[in-house]
Amino acid sequence: MSLDLQKGLGLLIALLPETILAVWAMALLLVAAWTHKDPRALRRIGWVSLAGIGVAFLAVAWLWTAHPRLEGLPTSVAVDPFRWAVDAIILLGAGFAVLLSIGYLEREGILIPEYYVLMLLATVGMMLLAGGEDLFVLFLGLELMSVSSYVLAGIDRRREASAEAALKYFLLGAFASAFLLYGIALVYGATGSTKLGFIGFQVQSLQLATHPMLLAGLALLLVGFGFKVAAVPFHMWTPDVYDGAPTPVTAFMAAATKAAAFAALIRVLLRAVPLLHDTWSPVVWWLAAATMVVGNLVALNQKSLKRMLAYSSIAHAGYLLTALVSGSVGGAAAFLYYLLFYTLMTIGAFAVLVYKGRDGERTVTADDLAGLAESHPWLALFMTICLLSLLGFPGTAGFIGKWYILTSAIGSGYALLATIMVLASVVSAGYYLPVIMAMYMKPRLHAEVHADVSVPRVMRGVLTAVAVALVVFGVWPSGLLKTARAGARGFLPDEVVPISQGVPAAPK
Amino acid sequence: MLESYVPLLMLMVLVIVSAAAMVGLSHLFSASRPTAVKSQPYESGIPPFGTARERFEVKFYLVAVLFIVFDIEVVFMMPWAVTFRQLDILGLGVLGGLLEMAAFVVVLVVGYVYVWKRGALEWT
Repeated sequence: MSLDLQKGLGLLIALLPETILAVWAMALLLVAAWTHKDPRALRRIGWVSLAGIGVAFLAVAWLWTAHPRLEGLPTSVAVDPFRWAVDAIILLGAGFAVLLSIGYLEREGILIPEYYVLMLLATVGMMLLAGGEDLFVLFLGLELMSVSSYVLAGIDRRREASAEAALKYFLLGAFASAFLLYGIALVYGATGSTKLGFIGFQVQSLQLATHPMLLAGLALLLVGFGFKVAAVPFHMWTPDVYDGAPTPVTAFMAAATKAAAFAALIRVLLRAVPLLHDTWSPVVWWLAAATMVVGNLVALNQKSLKRMLAYSSIAHAGYLLTALVSGSVGGAAAFLYYLLFYTLMTIGAFAVLVYKGRDGERTVTADDLAGLAESHPWLALFMTICLLSLLGFPGTAGFIGKWYILTSAIGSGYALLATIMVLASVVSAGYYLPVIMAMYMKPRLHAEVHADVSVPRVMRGVLTAVAVALVVFGVWPSGLLKTARAGARGFLPDEVVPISQGVPAAPK
Repeated sequence: MLESYVPLLMLMVLVIVSAAAMVGLSHLFSASRPTAVKSQPYESGIPPFGTARERFEVKFYLVAVLFIVFDIEVVFMMPWAVTFRQLDILGLGVLGGLLEMAAFVVVLVVGYVYVWKRGALEWT
């Protein structure tokens, strides 16, 4: 199938998943306006929004298998397997988060139907962010995603921590957006275009590799994206926001938001400024190293499980940045593979927290899970698989993902960074293993301590599927690895659509 | 390339210097004989009572935010109206531009209906 994005129909097909989800969200918003604060209506809206995510997922799957090819000039949205792969991961994360929310909102008394609408809109923003070939589309997606997340973080507004999380997230997020926008302005000033392909072409043809304005713009873009993916030293907001937000929202932010921001970052770096690799790779190198070291070391010191997982997600941003440093297709493929399982295992770990905790889950510590294996053997086993996978234990998908990142880093000559990553992963055992130990080796405080932990039937199936996926793809990764490699091939120079036509006039 | 910004820099310096000179010189050379009445914030105005940092009801902010949304909408419509005839982005001629704005307005109307139904436009 070939798509001409200059034609209305071609553009509509290329944006089909986003359009479906956006229309779905607006229809739900109107339904929400006529809905009273009623748990049953809320539950119904939750299921309908899950159905919307499912339909969008089908649309992504259709586009992925139909192999659409661009015809005519490339425009502002990408049509490549990388986009479909990231879209699928984002939708998986969103669906998982919605499933977690369905019982959670009733339990915590957050009877706000707009919650699901915001989640759908945030997902649309993420998909635009992951698929934008134009810095303005990227920015639009970023804002749609961020503004929805600010509200979601503070949706439990009677709880002080939730309101605080929303305010902090909003203030720092607005700063980050401003950085990004200024970066876009400078890049436009230097190259005369906001389209990633054109920027790449201009950098080559006008030899802008050392142009101060372009470098300044790129630096500001990196700062903006650094905030969004929570890379050290731009991570300060992360623990408080993840800690204060309702746990399903935290899981959603830690997995899907990060996935989308990373996808946009990788697209900008590999499509717009691949020629500046020597300039940006040391910066990304230091970001990756600092993020891994600080994330893991600080996580060691956390008592609250939710905060620990927040720092763990910072550390994982460092691993993903490591995949990015080499700027190669192998790195992008490793990134895709790891991203998928990072999403599953992170939301999985937060899911256990959702079922164990109450009132925002801020006070749950590792010791509160003591003896969970006795009363809830399956839930404990699921948590164990998630944590081992996060740790990168052999036999889990997390191990294969990390191994693949390491191979790509060493293959491109970043052995020192790979060493840092291995050492940082060893440190992470210091905070993942105590949780497993508490579940299996410590006795329950009293027989009834886990009596209120109950997992709905649907979620039992979902959790089982996630655990099976984590183990199966940890043992037989080859099929999925092939898919990931195919997904990243769009970044190969010879696969990139020729961009020499229709280039705007060179700035003087 | 960056040299072309030198006039801008010069203008900036000139503006700062002249502004500082106006304030500074008048401060230096003017006669200053303050009295209690003269040094009030608003001479011959109403004397201030209470602090200005009071807590306002949240509905003021709500109205302000909603106003901005529909204000910005018009800001988007202006350039659209100006370039309407050239807006052939979808390959449908003038209809394309019309459809695009229609989609934008529909999105806004959905928001408007929502806000109305939720009672955000009612003052009491």
